[in-house]
Amino acid sequence: MTLNPSLREAMLAAVPSLRAFAISLSGNIDRADDLVQETLLRAIANIDSFQPGTNMSAWMFTILRNLFRSEYRKRRREVEDTDGSYAESLKTHPEQNSRLEFQEFRAALAKLPPDQREALILVGASGFSYEEAAAICECAVGTIKSRVNRARTRLADLLAIEGAEDFGPDQSTRAIMAAGGRG
Amino acid sequence: MTDDDKPNRPGQMQTELTQRKPRGRLGRDVQSKIGQQLRAMYDDVVNAGVPDRFSELLRQLDEQKAKDKGSNA
Repeated sequence: MTLNPSLREAMLAAVPSLRAFAISLSGNIDRADDLVQETLLRAIANIDSFQPGTNMSAWMFTILRNLFRSEYRKRRREVEDTDGSYAESLKTHPEQNSRLEFQEFRAALAKLPPDQREALILVGASGFSYEEAAAICECAVGTIKSRVNRARTRLADLLAIEGAEDFGPDQSTRAIMAAGGRG
Repeated sequence: MTDDDKPNRPGQMQTELTQRKPRGRLGRDVQSKIGQQLRAMYDDVVNAGVPDRFSELLRQLDEQKAKDKGSNA
């Protein structure tokens, strides 16, 4: 292993975003952190294949996604989350991600097909361009665009968003707002 | 939630109906609300920073490397 300080810094700098991506993919903080750790080890072991001057973060996202994919194929039944265990697993970690305001959103996100979920996260949250997301997911740019669009449409349906005023932090707040009326 | 809650100004109803299901295209405000919520959820994790576990891991790997070097020399 030959890891110079600047590469090491770049790797550490990518960790917070990698964790957020991994949590979004796996729905489980412990598994997400294991994925991030494995990603760091792979990245260090394969640092010679990293091209200096290119985006370290995107390179590590690619590694993490591939790790998750191979694990997903092995543990498909466990990963698929149609019964809400994804959202449930997050509640067991009160220090973060159990924020009430995100629970409804995370539960809806968990219902998206994995392809659509990862595309939406990469473009809508991680801040990658469509081109970068396509490279990370090893597919065409048009495919990413269509996945992102379908993800947004499905989320809007799941969250029953019909207009900006309908989108509250959670169901109960919306109910209260609806009951109380507005100015 | 019913439509009765909504204001009934002239023209308003028509606008809402066309925005509701515009053949797979979402209104801009809906897209932006989804985007905001998505980023808020994501940034909640990002803002937690780098857990000690990972900086410690890299530190240990560095030490291991230094040790290997020392014994090889």
